[in-house]
Amino acid sequence: MSIANLLGLSVRGATRVVLFLLAVGGALLVPPLATAQQEPPYFVTYSSVLEEPGNLEIENQNIAAAPKNAHAFFAPTVEFEYGVTAWWTAEAYVQGQTTEKDSTVFTGFRFENRFRPLPREYWINPVLYVEYEDVSAADKSFLEVTGNTSITTQQVANAALRKEVERSIEGKLILSSNAKGWNFSENIIAEKALNEAEAWEFGYAVAAARPLALAGGGKACVICQQNFLAGAELFGGLGTRYSFGLKQTEQYAGPTVTFNAPHGLTLKFSPEFGLNDNSAGVLWRFGASYEIQQFRDWFRRAR
Amino acid sequence: MKVWGLLVVFLLLIPVFALAAANGSWLKKVPAADRARTNPLAGETSAAAAGRNLFRNNCAKCHGENADGKGSRPSLKSARIETATDGELAWLIKNGEAFKGMPGWGALPEPERWQIISYLRSLDTTNSGARP
Repeated sequence: MSIANLLGLSVRGATRVVLFLLAVGGALLVPPLATAQQEPPYFVTYSSVLEEPGNLEIENQNIAAAPKNAHAFFAPTVEFEYGVTAWWTAEAYVQGQTTEKDSTVFTGFRFENRFRPLPREYWINPVLYVEYEDVSAADKSFLEVTGNTSITTQQVANAALRKEVERSIEGKLILSSNAKGWNFSENIIAEKALNEAEAWEFGYAVAAARPLALAGGGKACVICQQNFLAGAELFGGLGTRYSFGLKQTEQYAGPTVTFNAPHGLTLKFSPEFGLNDNSAGVLWRFGASYEIQQFRDWFRRAR
Repeated sequence: MKVWGLLVVFLLLIPVFALAAANGSWLKKVPAADRARTNPLAGETSAAAAGRNLFRNNCAKCHGENADGKGSRPSLKSARIETATDGELAWLIKNGEAFKGMPGWGALPEPERWQIISYLRSLDTTNSGARP
């Protein structure tokens, strides 16, 4: 009996899972080089910090939850973030999920671009975000929440959910401020399905964070305050064009913490608590990322 | 159609913006109040040591481990950096020169940015061979 049969997967599904695991494994085997210290510890909210030009960050972020009246699930996402220029960052995501007593499925991919239109630092810094996503209804990544949704959808079997694939464009207005070591970020989200006659859907995310120490130490250290950032996030749906508001939406809030380990490894953790009956009790999030510095130099001739 | 036209014009203008921000032109953009700022950590050896660690974590990837530059990314052991005021360097690190490839580091806490400047001031720029 093959492994695919043991897991109850088709050969195609098993191949996707293997490719996905190879991508995750590959990400974790890349030799780390340095730390990205100014990136706030958010999972959902974007700040005005873009990837430095030429750098490639590979991140594996995961979410686990056991919603009431639905099976527990685990949903990993692998993210490739590349700094095209100092004002433009491009990202690609691949994602999947495994649900207890159900199956493991590949749920889709996303491409996104973030542009910083203003060349200087202001008291509030806008960033424009454009994304194309091809994601099935089995997606449980919670990379954002838009429209009128409920955790009860998780009760439906993956086999049924994965048949419904939504291709959509998503825009975000990212606003971000830095003051006295604190970062404050607000995202306004608008999403429109391209292959379905659905209304524009809206969502939001807000967050604040700061490093535990605002100045560096003279000695290189691992477990020291300057390597930790802590904050909090609040995000959720805002309904659709025809039902704008908080009614029948999922809402989450929780603390978040990042540890910038030496040599480029960054670890993030956040428990996000559901704030209403439409939401899961707790979403447990954890992620690890490596930054490959000056990745583009790999493709340039030595000077 | 109009949107695509505007996008093409914008993309064509990018090299113009880059040329406008030619070497050293950022100095002209620094407001007088920022130019006059002084490093509150100046003279503290511990600040330079901390700045060295911060430089290695955040800046070395482009400017080299010893600030000698890397490829087309400039050396920081140059006459321009040496003669720039603390305030001018603080302004550049905070705001960057996005259209020239230098990102802003405004999300890095201000004391850390001053520590990096302390480190830059401690560099030996003699015989660096850097372009002025």
